[in-house]
Amino acid sequence: MSEAKKYPAPVTNPETAAFWDAASRGKFMIKRCTACGEAHYFPRSICPFCYSDKTVWEEASGEGTIYTWSLMRKSPTGPYAIGYVTLKEGPSVQTNFVDCDLEKLKIGQKVKVVFKPTDGAPLPFFTPA
Amino acid sequence: MTIKGKAYIAGIFEHPTRHAPDKSTAQLHAEVAKGAIEDAGLSKDDVDGYFCAGDAPGGAWPMVDYLGLNTKKLRHVDSTETGGCSYIIHLGHAAEAIAAGRCSIALITLAGKPRTGAMPPRAAGAEADFESAYGATTHNAYGMCAMRHMHDYGTTSEQLAWIKVAASHHAQYNPHAMLKDVVTVEDVLNSPMISDPLHRMDCCVVSDGGGALIVTTPEIAKSLKKPLVKLIGHGEAMKGPRGGKDLDLTYSAGIWSGPRAFAEAGITPQDIKYASIYDSFTITVLMQLEDLGFCKKGEGGKFVADGNLISGVGKLPFNTDGGGLCSNHPVNRGGMTKIIEAVRQLRGEAHPKVQVKNCDLAIAHGTGGLLGVRHAASTAILERV
Repeated sequence: MSEAKKYPAPVTNPETAAFWDAASRGKFMIKRCTACGEAHYFPRSICPFCYSDKTVWEEASGEGTIYTWSLMRKSPTGPYAIGYVTLKEGPSVQTNFVDCDLEKLKIGQKVKVVFKPTDGAPLPFFTPA
Repeated sequence: MTIKGKAYIAGIFEHPTRHAPDKSTAQLHAEVAKGAIEDAGLSKDDVDGYFCAGDAPGGAWPMVDYLGLNTKKLRHVDSTETGGCSYIIHLGHAAEAIAAGRCSIALITLAGKPRTGAMPPRAAGAEADFESAYGATTHNAYGMCAMRHMHDYGTTSEQLAWIKVAASHHAQYNPHAMLKDVVTVEDVLNSPMISDPLHRMDCCVVSDGGGALIVTTPEIAKSLKKPLVKLIGHGEAMKGPRGGKDLDLTYSAGIWSGPRAFAEAGITPQDIKYASIYDSFTITVLMQLEDLGFCKKGEGGKFVADGNLISGVGKLPFNTDGGGLCSNHPVNRGGMTKIIEAVRQLRGEAHPKVQVKNCDLAIAHGTGGLLGVRHAASTAILERV
């Protein structure tokens, strides 16, 4: 399936470097605003909800459920399943589902984060829990 | 302040080509510009406003120069880029500029050749590192919307298929349509799955081509020879995952652009006689019809079934040129052709087999970007005077 797939290395930037550093250590990070309490993803310095700059990094459980998905069957690199996972902590994140039977994915299914290597920092994906 | 009745669409032109390997993209822009200016009965030297989006080679200033527009006269430009609905947004912005006295004859062009060669990738946003590796394309981004819509509301592939069936009924009368064969629900369901739950026939065509509009003041429009079509309401909006909070892919930014346009026009969806609805995919149409208020959220499947979108058969004739699903989808952007067919209907210039009787109120609505990721929407309500 997707084991041979080569993923692009994140470019990274000063705002998101800490996410990728943590990913290299196997940790999946989200940002939380200490002013309004809301978590968000992908990470920003300024809270997209209340515009406070008091956002802090938080290690997420890496657990969530499938919000939606679609199996892309016509692709030069082979079939892949894109989707959104709603994390236990609240935010929904875009991802691919890997290491499973892509025909059997279901909305509401429990999944967990798994990292895949690139030439740079590893990228987060999700697989059935 | 309102733009209601402040601007008229006086010229339209849709390029007849669907495959143009022998032409340049700038040339297609010039051909559609010439077509719309001539349709209005004007000269290029009359144009004092120019609108284009990301498909215009080099952007506004190289295009103004290439098109030979009268730079002593040209006093307003707008290169708002919102994907496929850019041109519906341009229409509203042109009306704003005309209402404010910033220009009096606005030209809007769209053209390009995705069928001849792949389009350049769009510039990356701040989300790139967190999304680009996952391969979101139009097919799977709209597939994700359809999947969730089916989950939440019980929408079926059969119901989606009716949208393609209706488009094909109209396309059989369009000599320029890429796909002229009438298809059935079974044909759609039996076409190969592209990105679950969307089949090949749930997807629009890929075509070269383009289109252009002339938007002008009521006074100038009345001095010209074409039937009068005025803009009476306009809305634009954007939507994205917004940090991942309360993600809901079953509605689009049309839920905001639509009511804005209807409120300005002072009419309701029930008053609309003809609807041009961007049909990048069947699910795009179904969600837009709900968002615009033609039916309740979740009831789009029932609304589109059994030929309800077929001219002369159903309650809401849509995309009577065959739309993106059957006729064309120039530059992978459907907004321009949606306006053009709405104007044809209001002028009484649609094919007699699909012309809506007494068509006095029409809507042209589109989205741009990826409905399942982040996108824009724009709604225009047009009235025959």
